[in-house]
Amino acid sequence: MRRPAGVPRMSEAHVVLEGVTRMFPREGQAPLHALGPIDLELRAGEFFGVVGPSGCGKSTLLDVIAGLSLPSAGWIAIDGTTVGGEVPEGVGVVFQDDASFPWLTVWDNIAFGLRQRGAGAAEIAERVTRALALMGLGDFARAYPAQLSGGMRQRVCIARTLVLQPRLILLDEPFGALDQQTRLLMGDELLNLWRQTGATILLITHALDEAAMLSDRVGVMSARPGRFLEIVETAWPRERDSRIVASSAFGAITGRLWSLLRGESLKAMQLERRAE
Amino acid sequence: MKLATKLRIVVLVAAVAAVELLCRAGIIKAFTMIPPSEMALSLWRLVAAGKAHNDMLRTLSAVGVALFASIVAGAAAGTAIHSLPRVRRTLDPLLAAYYSVPVFVFYPMFIVIFGLNDRPKIVIGFLYAVAAMIINTLNGLDRVAPVLRKTARVFRMGPAATTFKVVLPCAAPYLFTGVKLAVAYSFIGVVGSEFILSTGGLGYQIGFAYHDFNNRTMYALILFILAVTLIANMSLHAWEKVLLARRGLL
Repeated sequence: MRRPAGVPRMSEAHVVLEGVTRMFPREGQAPLHALGPIDLELRAGEFFGVVGPSGCGKSTLLDVIAGLSLPSAGWIAIDGTTVGGEVPEGVGVVFQDDASFPWLTVWDNIAFGLRQRGAGAAEIAERVTRALALMGLGDFARAYPAQLSGGMRQRVCIARTLVLQPRLILLDEPFGALDQQTRLLMGDELLNLWRQTGATILLITHALDEAAMLSDRVGVMSARPGRFLEIVETAWPRERDSRIVASSAFGAITGRLWSLLRGESLKAMQLERRAE
Repeated sequence: MKLATKLRIVVLVAAVAAVELLCRAGIIKAFTMIPPSEMALSLWRLVAAGKAHNDMLRTLSAVGVALFASIVAGAAAGTAIHSLPRVRRTLDPLLAAYYSVPVFVFYPMFIVIFGLNDRPKIVIGFLYAVAAMIINTLNGLDRVAPVLRKTARVFRMGPAATTFKVVLPCAAPYLFTGVKLAVAYSFIGVVGSEFILSTGGLGYQIGFAYHDFNNRTMYALILFILAVTLIANMSLHAWEKVLLARRGLL
């Protein structure tokens, strides 16, 4: 679907959100205003992190960008084409919850999307083999997800997304269930993949250090309804890894993120208490 | 072999041996029961002589039709009901109370509708089995994580592809429980019906042998039904264990 007539082309950015708002209808009550309005532009090939207090609409934002739910107002365009109702071609999503298919082996999990797309056997074998090697899963091709750790299952999901060579990868707290050390190492792997694929990445996370380490820019969201309070530029070089967490600049960035978020997190807690 | 399996075999063998001894010692009269070894011998002779082939075929094909229909219809109905939450809320109490209905009482009505042939007993077998399949399909679909349905959408899959390639495979171990119960219930429905008003089949022949004081034929046929249901159930159970083990559920 092309951008609606009358909607001006705002920029040449890869992803454009304008006035994106999401309301959830409630029986016998006013609709819940969960998100927005959000205006955002993602540059092609950038790594954009999103942080915000719990319940601020981070995952809702990812859902509307992915086309998994429609915005109540505003529009989203990916490469000039409006997103609406279905996930656009070239968009990959990795969720926080384990989304590996438990009845398939690691190999078949990774090949699933390619088969769905009608890829030939040779292409599937070549891409899956490469993805297995890239994600360090080469020895587990015939294993079932239940035989793997949580981190490895998440790697299977990332590999399953990567083999489709998406231009835009949306990550919804993909390392949320992992311990701190594994998260840092997975972060390194993600940065490697990002450099190799050249894809645009939008990472939703509740971990400020993860956002600060991985992102070129970090969008800080307010408590519900989630809006961007500020977009913090990290100014990291493209060649970076988890060792930057020891730098003073890293401390300054996480400090800045926390100073923006502290008040919003308190507001979110009050909202939660009121809801209880 | 696991210790539990060994113990199970020991208990079974001991129970059969005890019945054998009680029969041979005359504590259980031959008029009441023949020794298990004679049951097996009688069954072998019956099969070798080909005397019960028609009835075996008639019963097994009726069970097969009832089972196949209940699996297909139960899985389809379960999937449809699951996608309609209001319909489900309405039907849930009815499904829960389903087994309080003695379906056999409808047998005369089914004979009027379908005639004195195999169809009424197939319908009864189907009615007994289909509810188990619907309930277990609903149970299985409840356990499909929403994130897997979302993943299907990310792969741009339509409703049919999502159902057949994601939802049903994910729910497979629970559907399997439904299939296992459907096997047992379709046997109960078909063989039970044959006892009442049928003109043939294993149930009819067991009833006939009973009235004729022909214990050898009666116990041979009972043994045959037990063997078939046990083999079917154990094969499905073994397959179910493989599926569950793959998912780390064992």
